[in-house]
Amino acid sequence: MNGVHDMGGMHGMGPIGWEKNEPVFHASWEGRACALLLAMNCWEKWTLDALRHQIERIPAADYLRMLYYEKWVAALVELTVTAGLASRQEIESGVPTLGATKSNPPLTAEKVPGMISNGAPASRNLPVPPRFHRGEHVRARNINPIGHTRLPRYARGKHGTIHIDHGVFVFPDTNAHFLGEQPQHVYSVRFTARELWGDQASPRDTVYVDLWDEYLEAA
Amino acid sequence: MDDSSNRHDSGHDHEHQAVPSDLALRVKSLESLLVEKGLVDRAALDALIDTYQHKVGPRNGARVVARAWVDPAYRQRLLTNADAAIAELGYGGMQGEHMVVVENTPKVHNLVVCTLCSCYPWAVLGLPPVWYKSAPYRSRAVIDPRGVLREFGLTLAEDVEVRVWDSTAELRYLVLPERPSGTERMSEAELATLVSRDAMVGVSKVVLAEKGAAA
Repeated sequence: MNGVHDMGGMHGMGPIGWEKNEPVFHASWEGRACALLLAMNCWEKWTLDALRHQIERIPAADYLRMLYYEKWVAALVELTVTAGLASRQEIESGVPTLGATKSNPPLTAEKVPGMISNGAPASRNLPVPPRFHRGEHVRARNINPIGHTRLPRYARGKHGTIHIDHGVFVFPDTNAHFLGEQPQHVYSVRFTARELWGDQASPRDTVYVDLWDEYLEAA
Repeated sequence: MDDSSNRHDSGHDHEHQAVPSDLALRVKSLESLLVEKGLVDRAALDALIDTYQHKVGPRNGARVVARAWVDPAYRQRLLTNADAAIAELGYGGMQGEHMVVVENTPKVHNLVVCTLCSCYPWAVLGLPPVWYKSAPYRSRAVIDPRGVLREFGLTLAEDVEVRVWDSTAELRYLVLPERPSGTERMSEAELATLVSRDAMVGVSKVVLAEKGAAA
């Protein structure tokens, strides 16, 4: 979707708020919110792509105004309700409905180190042939899907060169909508800054964007 | 950078000054519900927070960089198969499953961003700082990387090529900064203390700091 989250190249967002000796969390609720989302992910009721899309769907003005972990909480609530893990009334009241059955959490403290050290690879060891090879000239397609995509607007329609074939990965545009993984190659595509931004850009500079096979066409 | 900037969300946070207590209450209520329903385990939440506050952070990445500086064979492995090389030091896993390491040289400067959200190599740098996840950095890093770097106090010569890596997929990028001169006699452990998070994102260089602790 052409949301405000897709902000590469926008102007007017203000100075960068670098902070000296920044703490990992600025308040204890941030740590709790972060941990709640990571723990709830373990129910595997949604994909990481679906989570990203849920955050993108926060209305634009709110998206820009909200704190980072505030957005996580908003997305977690929507995903939890949609998945049927809790009702909106329960979330609003903070107490389970009378007579609700109690579950067993998929993530216990003992499982945390393994969960973190294993991660959740998005690559797939499948013999999917690549459509492009290193050094080939490509153009990023001009697509404007209303759903989730990881093809940023600033690269659409632009010419680039295949720099690296990273291998086969799940496709976010379908995986975010529970429409299957559609595994395909992801490439690092090299764009010159001038191709993306015109003559104002440095003639030496480049931007590398990781793009799935379906985002690209031969050029 | 301006050290007086001690708030964490420039520009937009004024209106938030009154909000956090409300947010804190909402999160507390949500946690209590999810625990009560058996959907999350409170001890698991504590363990997750402890992990990212005390165990997984930029010191991991700094050790990788220092090893690459002292061991040319390791550096080569790191640049050609980052996952395996990083795993040699015991790191990897969540948000570091697919790593790419890009090397700064006198003629090439690399900068990492996620314009679409907040993708960041947790396994080697921990959770990202607020500025990395915020609109000013995400919007400008791709269109005006040299301006962004100047804002971080780093002015690059015109003949240096700036390469920006937009983390749009599941690859996670770590910058291998240049080893500063004057460090020839330093041990690997001493070198690791010089390597800042910012240098591994590419918004600063590693300096032999009289300024002291790395960010």
